[in-house]
Amino acid sequence: MLSVFEKKNGILRFEKKLSISPLSYLIVLIISIILALAVGAIFIRINSFDPLEVYQFMFESSFGSAYGISETIVKSIPLMLSGLGVALAFRMLLWNIGAEGQIYMGACAATAIALYFPRLPSGIMIPAMLLAGFVGGAIWSLIPGIMRARAGVNEIITTLMLNYIAILWVNYLVFGPWSDPASFNQPITPKFPVSAMLPTLPGSRIHMGIFLGLVFAIVLYLVLTRTRWGYEIRVTGESESAAKYAGINIVRNIMLVMLVSGGLAGLAGMAEVAGVLGRLQQSISPGYGYTAILVAILGKLNPLAVVIVSFLFSSLLVGGYAAQTIGVPAAIVSMLQGAILFFVLAGEFIARFRLRYERRGN
Amino acid sequence: MKRWFRFKVILVPLLILCLGLLAAGCGSKQTNSGQGEKKEKLKVAFVYPGAKDDFGWATTQENARKQLMKEFPDVQFTAVENIPEGSDSARTFTQLCEQGYKLIIASSFGYQDAVHEVAKKYPDVKFIHCVGTKTAPNVSTYFGKMYQLRYLSGILAGKITKSNIIGYTAAYPVPACLSGINAFTLGVKSVNPKAVVKVVWTNTWYDPAVEKEAAKSLLDAGADIISMHQDTPQGLIAAAERGKYGIGYDNDMTSFAPKAAITSLYWDWTKIFAPEVQAVLDGTWKSQRIFKGLEVPGFLNLAPYGPMVPEDAKKLVEEKKALMESQKWDVFTGPIKDQNGQIRVKEGERLSDDDIWGMNWLVEGVEGKLPQ
Repeated sequence: MLSVFEKKNGILRFEKKLSISPLSYLIVLIISIILALAVGAIFIRINSFDPLEVYQFMFESSFGSAYGISETIVKSIPLMLSGLGVALAFRMLLWNIGAEGQIYMGACAATAIALYFPRLPSGIMIPAMLLAGFVGGAIWSLIPGIMRARAGVNEIITTLMLNYIAILWVNYLVFGPWSDPASFNQPITPKFPVSAMLPTLPGSRIHMGIFLGLVFAIVLYLVLTRTRWGYEIRVTGESESAAKYAGINIVRNIMLVMLVSGGLAGLAGMAEVAGVLGRLQQSISPGYGYTAILVAILGKLNPLAVVIVSFLFSSLLVGGYAAQTIGVPAAIVSMLQGAILFFVLAGEFIARFRLRYERRGN
Repeated sequence: MKRWFRFKVILVPLLILCLGLLAAGCGSKQTNSGQGEKKEKLKVAFVYPGAKDDFGWATTQENARKQLMKEFPDVQFTAVENIPEGSDSARTFTQLCEQGYKLIIASSFGYQDAVHEVAKKYPDVKFIHCVGTKTAPNVSTYFGKMYQLRYLSGILAGKITKSNIIGYTAAYPVPACLSGINAFTLGVKSVNPKAVVKVVWTNTWYDPAVEKEAAKSLLDAGADIISMHQDTPQGLIAAAERGKYGIGYDNDMTSFAPKAAITSLYWDWTKIFAPEVQAVLDGTWKSQRIFKGLEVPGFLNLAPYGPMVPEDAKKLVEEKKALMESQKWDVFTGPIKDQNGQIRVKEGERLSDDDIWGMNWLVEGVEGKLPQ
């Protein structure tokens, strides 16, 4: 145990609690957010804005109106899908930090279908693009998966490195072979045919991706808690040697988990190009794959919690962008987002640990 | 002991909370008094994909914004930065429209779909979109004839180079970069037919390390002058470190390498945006493609020359500059051949603005291929 404070007559230690009740976690979460907002208020005040007004506006822009909520949901879709993938891999202690690259490869594969087979009817086009998106992301995560499973190559490094390759590959395509002839060499592909666009809820940009996210969250939850395979994943995550001893096929599971993890991120990329943008372009993801890591960890790697966290996180992002439109500097917004994360993570730490004071001689 | 520690655990958050409440409390009074004198003020927003203080393109826009604030004290100019070109841009434009902004300057090509999507829904809001390929009744596009200055700096480089190899680092093979490389090469060739221009693509607008490496690779290949088309002064700095020369871009970068800077080609976008703001105020704003050059006084500028620039080069630059200011002559006047030796502009003809806006080929004398 970590000792924080030592004096003649006693020691103060951090002690890990065996479990936290969801209620106490929730209380800690709320306190953390309030404290973060308080810290943010100081800085907003220094910049001569009214903190209450700014917070109210941020809240309105992400939760307080139909448009705000719809936009928050749109933004949460890529976070949710790639967050689910990351959570699954992390459950098995596979540190897949390559969701960003897997998003790009999924988007790229789906785009290939839309560009090379533009005449397909919607009923075939959309499933084909979904499949392509999944496969694109899955291949990109399977490469480090095989390397890890067969040769023990550290997946943190390989998944990270593959991110850069994926982004540069998409850059190459949108500047070169897939460039829209009407765009004067600007880095965009032609617009997808209408049949390649995911259906949206009327009057908003919410697309079918949200159902994919929700369905996969439930399926993953059931798989993890109710199936033999889910049990194997959890056991391997708790202790690899125990899993080996129990006769679990770790090599196969590593590859399977990486495949599904990358496939989900690939779907996020597919949903982004076919649901929102309508074409492949540079910078389709402003770091969704990295934010997904935060989402997965804040959601405690629980698929259902990932859904909620991705929605909350996206409201934080949407509100943050919106704050700039009333003149709040971007730096303040980033600071506030950072403060909220910092306090939530610190709060979670405090909730998990208990301070205990021990008298000498006890 | 135990009690004191417990006390601290509660005290620190409480203190933060009190300070925060204090900040929130005294804030509301001040802004309320400010809101009393609210009038129908014109609101203009500048939207940037990156940070506004990148020392490159966004900074040129930001400098104009600050200058406009002085010239139009009754107009509000807001900067919105770090807006990704993906799904976030359409929402940001929508929110700006909802907030009552009537003129939005979208400073990156990547916003094109979002601009047109939102512009359709808010026909009373005017948009000005950087290097766009299409306009709409309330969407103008804008860029400037920076290639004119590129030509002039090419003359300087052609006169100064000793190795007859001139390096050029460019971001992407988009028309803005290609017309710059072509004009620069034509300028070099006009005074020094033996010189070649070597091009390296950085595939980034903003990456200090990559830009510096690209410049170094050109210096290694024998270049003694570096010209560049990205956002940071790293190319110039790399040249200075080797005792070679460089030409800055976007802003006056000469201060980063006073001894190595031949000059710096810089924009003053106030000259273009001020008439637009005035037109919105007057109700006379019209959608158009804004593509102006040296004929607008003070828009395109050369920073003061470095000591290495010879007198005859200065004179030549002045002559050509005067010709372009009066629009009697322009850079892309035939005969001009492309890299394959094919004639692109016939003798006596002048390339149209359309063809320059969409340029997708390199002139003879450029060493380096268009990425396919």
